[in-house]
Amino acid sequence: MSANLTLVALVGVLFAAGVYLLLERSLTRVLIGVILIGNGVNTLFLVASGRAGRAPIVGLNEVDEMSDPLPQALVLTAIVITLGVTAFLLAMAYRAGQLHEHDDVQDDVEDAVIRRRAERDEASSTYDDSAGGTMDEEGADEPAGVGSGGSASPGAGPGRQVGPEGESR
Amino acid sequence: MNVTALVPLAVVLPLFGAGLAFALGRSARAQRVVSLAVLALMVVIAAVLVVQADANGPQVVNVGGWDAPLGISLVADRLSALMLLISAVVALSVLVYSLGQGVVEYGPDTPLSVYHPTFLVLVAGVANAFLSGDLFNLYVGFEILLAASYVLLTLGGTGERIRAGTTYVVVSLVSSIIFLTALALTYAATGTVGLAHLAGRLDELPDAVALLIQLMLLTAFAIKAAVFPLSAWLPDSYPTAPAPVTAVFAGLLTKVGVYAIIRTQTLLFPDSALSDLLMWAALLTMVIGILGAVAQNDIKRMLSFTLVSHIGYMVFGIALASDAGLSGAIYYVVHHIVIQTNLFLVAGLIERRGGSTSLERLGGLAKLSPVLALLFFVPAMNLAGIPPFSGFLGKLGLMQAGVDDGGALAYALVVGSVATSLLTLYAMAKAWNRAFWQAPNPVGPRETTDLHRKPVRPDSPEPAGRLATVAMRGALAGPAAGLALVGLAMTIFAGPLFALTDRAASDLRERTPYIEAVLPAGAP
Repeated sequence: MSANLTLVALVGVLFAAGVYLLLERSLTRVLIGVILIGNGVNTLFLVASGRAGRAPIVGLNEVDEMSDPLPQALVLTAIVITLGVTAFLLAMAYRAGQLHEHDDVQDDVEDAVIRRRAERDEASSTYDDSAGGTMDEEGADEPAGVGSGGSASPGAGPGRQVGPEGESR
Repeated sequence: MNVTALVPLAVVLPLFGAGLAFALGRSARAQRVVSLAVLALMVVIAAVLVVQADANGPQVVNVGGWDAPLGISLVADRLSALMLLISAVVALSVLVYSLGQGVVEYGPDTPLSVYHPTFLVLVAGVANAFLSGDLFNLYVGFEILLAASYVLLTLGGTGERIRAGTTYVVVSLVSSIIFLTALALTYAATGTVGLAHLAGRLDELPDAVALLIQLMLLTAFAIKAAVFPLSAWLPDSYPTAPAPVTAVFAGLLTKVGVYAIIRTQTLLFPDSALSDLLMWAALLTMVIGILGAVAQNDIKRMLSFTLVSHIGYMVFGIALASDAGLSGAIYYVVHHIVIQTNLFLVAGLIERRGGSTSLERLGGLAKLSPVLALLFFVPAMNLAGIPPFSGFLGKLGLMQAGVDDGGALAYALVVGSVATSLLTLYAMAKAWNRAFWQAPNPVGPRETTDLHRKPVRPDSPEPAGRLATVAMRGALAGPAAGLALVGLAMTIFAGPLFALTDRAASDLRERTPYIEAVLPAGAP
């Protein structure tokens, strides 16, 4: 099998750009990175399928002249999956934008609380049964945006988009 | 009736049920009936498949009538059928629990119409991943269950869930991309994606190429299974979801990753050059996971860390690559699916009763609700591996396999698993002491972060009628109690179960039963 070097180079460029974007903190950029890498993988399947040929229809073309149909089927499936996931990521980025007015990936709050406690080398507030330790004030600097549980999921279909519900507005 | 017809049914039935439930979105009752019926049927199908696969060897269906190297095959061998059975049981329990929770907490008239269809799609994805005899179909199974899990994890779209969901979705996407890239490379190198077909062709590849494919597949599956260096996403994302969702994720999703590792390592790469690497990963997963659990102050987060930690036991068994090691790993997977789901369901009950899962806020629950205390105590001790329970038997099997192996690294892992077991006991005892035995907390439950927020609408009406309430309480406690009983049954029937996993393990190591069932005419 002879590989097409132009395609291989294209795969490399798509992956490099995609990985760079994946490492960004903004969900929209991550999304574009995912799309780029997805296309990179699809191109990689084209490389894997070997040289191009005629339509793989038995009786119409000689077997020797046909191109390999399987990678094309796999790529089609992969494209459909990427499409669905892209739609979901877009909905999530939109929802994050609604709630926080940005779509940056945020840090884990509880993790930060435990890390700070470890840095100060203290036990949790109820450890020695003396009520009301310092940890109770920690809640103050945790982000708002905590509303009542909504009743619908984003991306649940047309007409089911969740409204802002007044959360953090 | 031909029994092999049941194999695709395990995938098609939940998908069909999902469509039906979605169409019936306006009627909560109809949705409930559909989901319950589908999952109950799944349990029956899976049970028949276990018996059949054990008696008559792997059950193979070539989808669409195209024979194996050309078409896609679905295979239910002993391992797949066993995993399918235990997943169906766990999914059914969680569904019953979420029915109880849905009715009690949201009132009978305001269900989440998207919950039931998504849950069924998740089950279909899990079943497809377990039964797939084709690497690309395995990828599709993963994507089905992941897409469903994205929706379930961000259910309601609250700020905290979107935050946790973002991490989860991005990490899962990276793992999917790595898997897909590995698939493209596999096809380029071998010209096939059928597992049985690959088993022969990968042996003929140059070592370096095979190693590259193996490493990429392992990385992709290790992210899904939350093996140590790739596990940081899990404790961050799981605890924020609704209790039944967390429970089913903890039980099933990581185990699908473990299953994929078992399948590919045994079938495709039997003489693995990466055993030592896997051993190190297992050791670090166990120890670092459990140290994380000890530091946690929230029951759900603590359980998430123990989940990561105990994945290490399974990887340990796989890395040993002996009959005894694999058998122990399979037994441990089955045990862990049941127990971890059970503990997360109980954490949901604790959240309802105590208003929080934070150990800072809980206290005195043993007096308040002795039944809840019992429901927590049994699986907690089971997870820690106290002797009569299945956790002890699973760990014992793995440690024996480790001692049989005799290598220095294997002994280090045996020591590591004992230490992890003790630290699990410590973490569980800490949760028990502070939530159940300690005097009621003077701080008391009150508004804290979203994580500790009780997912209750304050204005939601209790369902009318005392009888209905009692029935719904039963629907909440019943599945937790049922799973605890399944856990106990795994002790009582440990002999037959271990015999079954032994046979499954020797099938996996021989490879021929699987390959010959899929390719009866031999590889072209």
